[in-house]
Amino acid sequence: MAFLEVSGLSKSFSSAKGVRHVLRDVSLSVAQGEFVSIVGAMGSGKSTLLSILAGLTTADAGRVTVDGQDVRGVRRDAAYVFQNYSLLPWFTALENVRLAVEAACPNLSRDEQKARARQTLEQVGLGSAVNRRPGQLSGGMRQRVAIARAFATNPGVLFMDEPFGALDALTRETVQQDLVKLCSSAERPVTTVMITNSVEEAILLSDQIVPMLPGSPATLGAPIPVLLTRPRSAAQLAHDEEATEVRSHVIATLTAALGGRTRRGQAKAGPEPVTPVALATEESR
Amino acid sequence: MLKRVTHLMLPTVGLGLAVLFWWAASVRVPDLPSPVRTWQESRIYITQPFDKRGETDQGIARLAYYSLLRVARGFLLGIAIGTPVGFLLGVSPLMTRMFDPLMQVMRPISPLAWLPLGLVLFQKSEPAALFAIAICCMWPTIVNTMMGVRAIPQDYWNVAKVLRLSRTTTFLKIIVPATLPYMFTGYRLSLGIAWLVIVASEMLTGTPGVGGFLWQEYNSLIYAHILLAIITIGVIGFVLDRLMGMAEATLRAA
Repeated sequence: MAFLEVSGLSKSFSSAKGVRHVLRDVSLSVAQGEFVSIVGAMGSGKSTLLSILAGLTTADAGRVTVDGQDVRGVRRDAAYVFQNYSLLPWFTALENVRLAVEAACPNLSRDEQKARARQTLEQVGLGSAVNRRPGQLSGGMRQRVAIARAFATNPGVLFMDEPFGALDALTRETVQQDLVKLCSSAERPVTTVMITNSVEEAILLSDQIVPMLPGSPATLGAPIPVLLTRPRSAAQLAHDEEATEVRSHVIATLTAALGGRTRRGQAKAGPEPVTPVALATEESR
Repeated sequence: MLKRVTHLMLPTVGLGLAVLFWWAASVRVPDLPSPVRTWQESRIYITQPFDKRGETDQGIARLAYYSLLRVARGFLLGIAIGTPVGFLLGVSPLMTRMFDPLMQVMRPISPLAWLPLGLVLFQKSEPAALFAIAICCMWPTIVNTMMGVRAIPQDYWNVAKVLRLSRTTTFLKIIVPATLPYMFTGYRLSLGIAWLVIVASEMLTGTPGVGGFLWQEYNSLIYAHILLAIITIGVIGFVLDRLMGMAEATLRAA
């Protein structure tokens, strides 16, 4: 059994407008220490899937196990990087990271927690900015703090929700390299699931790319392995044959699914309109 | 430069117009002292603000001190109750549903209505005044703290969940800092109300202070001192509000 195993996952949200099916029959398996990217368009249900995997949200049906245990709530050895950094603005960078260390290792002394936080911040090149608050840091630096916060607790499994989505292209690349460095220097293998809408980023970082096929509900496509040697760089990937092949494979899968969705959309507009409520009752039978 | 001039000029002009209006009114109503007469009759209270000539005949600073002390105690009592209640209502929808209707009914009750109840409860005027101040001034603190807790972005709750912070840590490191600016807005409004209530309660109970002085001078037919008391109340209320506003601004900037 794989380290992170997902089978038959479904999720829908009900609101006054009706029931919205977000995910259907999602399955995924990730080996220990593997880096998997889920690539898909915005609003395709990726974030919902990730928060279910991390134990922030519960699924309607299906099963998620990490290291053989069912996921119920956030795991002790899990870390999460949010798209919008989610740093606490009233604390310094150091205190933001230390708080995570304190929560993970309450038996360490305050000084030891601080030392650990400082060390992780130094690893992402923020040694001189530890006493600054998030408001005084640039976007790239903030995301570095957020990544340091995740790694400071020495996680076994790491979830990242579009961690570089808010960064400009140049900053993005340097922060990506920092992430690679942290992943490879971690004390224990870090199993990572990352969500992104950038195929390039997925190729640069992952061992496996899983396309998220849009639709309501969305589902996952077959995983596409990325067998490129490490270390990788964006410049090298631009010309690499293997990378080009993976890129076109992923894009073809995603666009094919997108075409399917539009056809289904047209069918809906036909003589027998299917309302969301009707859909819901059909499926619950 | 021009901006700075108008900055000072316009309020002065406004003040001048008000004094003019006052003077015109004093010409028509013989009982109303003119600005000049008010100054002449009140001068001793302002030039010798710390004098104590008798139990009720004291310098204006002394009177203000009594009132401020009473306000401080009532206000502190009010926010000491209001802040935790606000947090509780903010985090618990159940509690909100239970107590919100009650709060809505109690909020518009005038301090003049609470004071007799305080006298019945505590038998003495001093605790009755504190009771009235506390119960009237705690509403803005409760409501603002509650709104502050509800306005905490989902991001911060997610951080608490992901880091598996304990309840205590979540409260101290996330809920309180995130709510602090709202809390201070509540405190500022609460202090304003406390200052309104003090005058009413001193008038009714006859305790020494600016409000008590006002009522006593009215009964002694020294109308100039009524105006002195009114101006004093206004100036002190303005200063208090400015001080709280500064504290609030410092917090928001941090």
